[in-house]
Amino acid sequence: MSTIEADGVGTSVWDGGVSPFGIPSKKLSMWLFIISDALTFTALLMAYSYLRVSSKDWPMAFHFYPSIVVSTVMTLFLLTSSITMVFAVSAAQQGRMAASFKWIWATVGGGVAFLLLHANEWRTLIDEGLRTNSNPWGNPLFGATFFTITGLHMLHVTIGVVALIVISLGYKSGKYPADYVEITGLYWHFVDLVWMFVFPLIYLLSVAPSGAAH
Amino acid sequence: MSGNHASEQGEHHDGTTKWFMTVWVVLLVLTAVEVFLAYIHLPVGLMLTILLGLSIAKAAMIIAYFMHLRYERFSLVLTLIPMWMMCTLLMLVIFPDSFRIQEWGWPR
Repeated sequence: MSTIEADGVGTSVWDGGVSPFGIPSKKLSMWLFIISDALTFTALLMAYSYLRVSSKDWPMAFHFYPSIVVSTVMTLFLLTSSITMVFAVSAAQQGRMAASFKWIWATVGGGVAFLLLHANEWRTLIDEGLRTNSNPWGNPLFGATFFTITGLHMLHVTIGVVALIVISLGYKSGKYPADYVEITGLYWHFVDLVWMFVFPLIYLLSVAPSGAAH
Repeated sequence: MSGNHASEQGEHHDGTTKWFMTVWVVLLVLTAVEVFLAYIHLPVGLMLTILLGLSIAKAAMIIAYFMHLRYERFSLVLTLIPMWMMCTLLMLVIFPDSFRIQEWGWPR
């Protein structure tokens, strides 16, 4: 927000501009990374949809409890960690370092809660016999797509948690400017955004019919 | 551009905390609607359409407000979003093949 005041005033974007988008280059890089990463997830979700549409015996594996309840709570945690990240960024931009630090750690808390619940969810399904190459319910590709997509998303959340911890410490010690909090925040919101597609497409479209045996 | 920045700083004052909370509540409500939809028995095509529509609405809100894209220059929006859409549409080109497989089975 703050580093570009001097650039680009009066310079036409079509002449190349000094800063055509009016944002710091690190922020632009994060946006470009986010778009390319979004395409990775798009490709995975599309591959999943393709396999699912072409299959006649796709498992409807997720029971109301624990899977749907837990994944809904996970969604709540992730959305809430996004709003705390918004507060962290706006505090950092106003120079309120202590408040920003606190909000970043609230975000980390939300991320860790998400990861613990998700790991537990994986364990439940593995106990029920779900593997990457087989499962007791139907098309064996179900496990491959489930573990690949949710696993890659968990990896993103894990990296986000680590990045937030590193950035919060560096920001507090004065090593990183407030911009870094905002740029890491973009990544965090992106992780939240991906889950907004993974949750309905993977979980909600595969709820077990009520009364189905475990 | 300096003008943009002045108004952008203005967006971050106390009034907007309430606005961000509103966005957050709407996102939670839409999530609840999605979970509810999973348990009323709709035809799968209709259900997929509604779920995807809601997810895109949620994604748009996250991008516009949480990720601040609404407050950036429009040229950034035009650089990022069509790029994603173009690649996604190209991937969709192969999708109808899955209906053929459903009918005829996997090639042996």
